[in-house]
Amino acid sequence: MKITGYKRGDGRFGARNLVGVIPSVVCAHDVAQAVVSQVQGSVGFFHHQGCCQLPPDLDRVTETLIGLGRSPNLGAVLVVCLGCEGTDHKRLIEAVAQTGKPVAAIYIQELGGVAKAIAAGIDAARKLALAISGQQREEADIAEIIMAIKCGASDSTSGLASNCVIGYVADKLVDLGATVLFGETTEFLGAEHILARRAVSPAVEKKIYEIVARMEARAKSLGCDMRRGQPTPGNIAGGLSSIEEKSLGAIVKSGTRPIQGVLEYQESALGLKGLWIKDTPGREPEILTGMACSGAQVMLFSTGRGAPQGFPSMPVVKICGNPETYEHMENDMDLNAGVIITGQKSIEEVGEEAFAKLCRVFSGEKTKNEAIHYFKAIDIYTLGPVI
Amino acid sequence: MEAPVALKVHDDDNVATIFSSGLTAGGEVKVLDKKGNAAELTLISDLPFGHKAALCPINAGESIIKYGEQIGVARKAIRRGEHVHIHNLDSMRGRGDLSREETA
Repeated sequence: MKITGYKRGDGRFGARNLVGVIPSVVCAHDVAQAVVSQVQGSVGFFHHQGCCQLPPDLDRVTETLIGLGRSPNLGAVLVVCLGCEGTDHKRLIEAVAQTGKPVAAIYIQELGGVAKAIAAGIDAARKLALAISGQQREEADIAEIIMAIKCGASDSTSGLASNCVIGYVADKLVDLGATVLFGETTEFLGAEHILARRAVSPAVEKKIYEIVARMEARAKSLGCDMRRGQPTPGNIAGGLSSIEEKSLGAIVKSGTRPIQGVLEYQESALGLKGLWIKDTPGREPEILTGMACSGAQVMLFSTGRGAPQGFPSMPVVKICGNPETYEHMENDMDLNAGVIITGQKSIEEVGEEAFAKLCRVFSGEKTKNEAIHYFKAIDIYTLGPVI
Repeated sequence: MEAPVALKVHDDDNVATIFSSGLTAGGEVKVLDKKGNAAELTLISDLPFGHKAALCPINAGESIIKYGEQIGVARKAIRRGEHVHIHNLDSMRGRGDLSREETA
């Protein structure tokens, strides 16, 4: 099977051809939002970071925004700056431009305020949208895919149906020379020994235990039982009793292939092959950003209770393992893996359907969350306090 | 009517997951394992879709096993056919409350 995508200056293929409007700081949101609402084919990344944070977090925010901007799914980028933020906006603009895509920037303070900045931003984004609008899709190999995977609003069908389907696709993509990223370090707790056995080297094995210990220490730092935070009330209502049970079901989606290494939250996966872990929390706004900033062009997302959200620049395919939820929330679910629970289809059969769906979505078919623009709540995972 | 189905995911498991709605105490379920073997289980609790029932008596402090792995520890004695969930299963991970007690 072949896919089609937009070939970029750096040789990567994009599944979409969007103008990314990136606020360098939370205070530039309103201007960026006004621009996105006016310019067809543009998407905004409305995170809440970029100022009054400790330097490691500011570096992380800069790196994450660079990764989002470099994503092959963006044909052009407009950076919206306030002018006094902690993010390194100059480096952001330069690093995105290095990919060869057109980049523009506006500064709200320099332009004389919000209304003037909105006018300048719309004009800049309009020009970028027109400049890239003629680009045509070209045929590309499956190996060009960087697929992110994730489960959210899980219940006990997730580990037995939808995550198995994603695991099937993950193995298939790795075998075809593509790249697969999985994260949700919190959901390794109680299952890390199984993942560690799949590490390609003792160093990677050690790193897996390290990121789990780091995440667990963070969860324990407030001196309470983390249940209700993880698993969530929805997970618990769906039958998941502990993080261990949730984790054992969650890791199924990583398939069975060797784990090549562990990436930090803001790190790029461009140029890497095979299955990789990305150290992220489980919550959607942060992990989806972490995956998109790696360069992932598509995501398979498993759910049991019905998580509808996507991501501005990365199509997210919802695979529902719970047959009752699928029936009830079909408007937001792209694929029914509940037929595995009801015994109508095998994991392999639904796995092939998911693989075909992934290829079609990469090549332009819209996901349900893209069609309804349900992807605006995003954020960047930071470690220190806001000060 | 055929009995509602519960899945025992791994041979070592002492719980099975119910995939039927509205099951109540006294109900019979057919517990299937991966090889397709079936066993009868009488529920002694009401069980929502996707929740777990004990396949054998589990003593307080014993491991609760699903996927062949520990998913928690029994807080109190659990009887065969009883609902196993947060009211009688203690997680062993992310327990900041336990480490606080240890250091106190």
